[in-house]
Amino acid sequence: MRLHSISFNNLKRRKGKTLFLILGLLIGVTTVVTLVTLTRAMEEDIGKKLDELGANILIIPKSHDLTLNYGGLQFSGVALDVQPLHQSDVDKIQSIKNKENLSIVAPKLIAPARVNGREALLVGADFPEELRLKRWWKVVSPDGGKDIHPGQKNSNGMKHSPAVEERSAFFLRDSLTEEDLLVGSSAAHHLDLREGQSAEIQGQTFRVRGILEETGSQDDALIFGNLARVQKTLGKPNQLSLIEVAAFCNSCPIDEMVRQISEVLPGAKVTAVKQAVESRMETVRHFKRFSVGISAVVLLIGSLIVFITMMASVNERTREIGIFRAIGFRKGHIIQVILLEASLISLLAGGVGYVAGVGSSRLALPFFLQVQEPKLFWDAVMAFSAMGISVAVGLAASIYPALRAARMDPAESLRAM
Amino acid sequence: MSLMELRTVSKYYESAGERVAALKDLHLHIDAGEFIAVMGPSGSGKSTLLNILGGLSHPSVGKLLVDGIDIYQLKGEKLADYRREYIGFVFQSFQLIPYLTILENVMLPLAILPSRNGDRRDMALRVLGKVALAEKGRRLPNQLSGGEQERVAIARALVNSPPIILADEPTGNLDSGTGKDIMELLSALNSEGQTIIMVTHNPENARYAHRVIQLKDGQVQEAFAKREMR
Repeated sequence: MRLHSISFNNLKRRKGKTLFLILGLLIGVTTVVTLVTLTRAMEEDIGKKLDELGANILIIPKSHDLTLNYGGLQFSGVALDVQPLHQSDVDKIQSIKNKENLSIVAPKLIAPARVNGREALLVGADFPEELRLKRWWKVVSPDGGKDIHPGQKNSNGMKHSPAVEERSAFFLRDSLTEEDLLVGSSAAHHLDLREGQSAEIQGQTFRVRGILEETGSQDDALIFGNLARVQKTLGKPNQLSLIEVAAFCNSCPIDEMVRQISEVLPGAKVTAVKQAVESRMETVRHFKRFSVGISAVVLLIGSLIVFITMMASVNERTREIGIFRAIGFRKGHIIQVILLEASLISLLAGGVGYVAGVGSSRLALPFFLQVQEPKLFWDAVMAFSAMGISVAVGLAASIYPALRAARMDPAESLRAM
Repeated sequence: MSLMELRTVSKYYESAGERVAALKDLHLHIDAGEFIAVMGPSGSGKSTLLNILGGLSHPSVGKLLVDGIDIYQLKGEKLADYRREYIGFVFQSFQLIPYLTILENVMLPLAILPSRNGDRRDMALRVLGKVALAEKGRRLPNQLSGGEQERVAIARALVNSPPIILADEPTGNLDSGTGKDIMELLSALNSEGQTIIMVTHNPENARYAHRVIQLKDGQVQEAFAKREMR
């Protein structure tokens, strides 16, 4: 028989009140865990998208988009006043004042084409630049390493690693010819293309040099070929659909470079990817601030519930407290009993609240991100933090009731019998 | 030297702007092993006297000396320690904790001591044996009769081996037969040397006491011996 027996047995006796207390805190903890998990997932998603993009400046033709709305339904839009990009625009980009910050300039022509009699999207790309830009590309075909032997040095004088040469498309950049195609995984599946196979595009014969591993991006649906050859095949000499630019580092004056490129290409829409993602980051930051605010409010309400319920409990137990004091309990012992009860309740609310929060975030995630089958993220640090916050809130809300109980006049309390 | 001594003790309360004297200039000596019955009409100051003796209520004037120590000069939580070490309370209407078993109720005064759980349990079972309830330790208070609950209350008061038992109307909620059993128990404890101060309205109960103190309007009206101390 110890003080904790008094606390534990009292909670067992007053099951309804105990449950109410747990619920009050549990809702707060669940909300906090859900919001923190969602915010983290959104930040990770943006980070992933930033990595996927590679480039940090996008240049596309300027156009005015007209969308047709009729009877409340939106039909496909029409782009008007399109001012296409040209090969000479690449030279203009490389003439800007901050040209030393330019790492990669990767022009592309994107257009639909008939490949082996079937519709597909064809991309003409400057392969050396494109493969530098997209270092994450991996080729499924082992032929990716066929022309490179172990020990052979690349143009930088570095020896190739056997594991790398079999996988990374980057090491193909010096060996790709005008006829070679790199095919995205979905496109290869759709068109039934395999490595080494010939492909006929608009009457021209190409060779499938490699099938790219699935990246989860739009590249999976595309077929990449030599820019000049594709321009010629599609009858669009010197034409470009977009130019991707990568600067050396994140701390580059991106905004200033956007301004300079816009000056030399007045007919183009120049966007810093930072801007595109920044607006989303700002949304995430807004959401984060909002979630902190909501969490604080919900936790405050939870703590108020604990406070009011504990005060009521102390008032109900006036007689009991009088007995404790009469038989020799010190004020500190009374405080211990009350705070022990609060700790037990808070710990339970924290643990259950964490589990409920993870479950809730799993349900909510598809609404915030395009995730088909969201995973459950179990994080021991967050679990302990949730329990810690719950206990801290519960104890903070119970300090005054505990002090009030301890300061009760024993004689007055006994008179309450 | 007396075990307990009240010197010129008065206790005043404020009531509706008036100063009311619950006790006036009380002098009282209580020797170890005495059985004192305190009697008087309602409002005579019996409960106030018991509270002061039990360290629950500071006198407005005067002192309480226990073993020569001025109790109300003790600092901080020493008064709580005095209650734990010197006093065993038997409250009116038993006042057992309803969600603790009989054994846990008896062990309650020991819950704050540093002794091992096994030792505390043994002490509790010993006193429960004294009141013939050792086999009912696992039951809850509402599963016992009134007389049994009163005996548990007495056991709780005894578990710490306090020199003084303060009993407030110990038979107030019991029928005469059960009340007699309780008085016999208290008398037996007193025979073993336990000092008992009992508030009672019942003259039959007062017959068990060595001394009866009659209070009226906060003052001792009469004090007389009922039976010889052994």
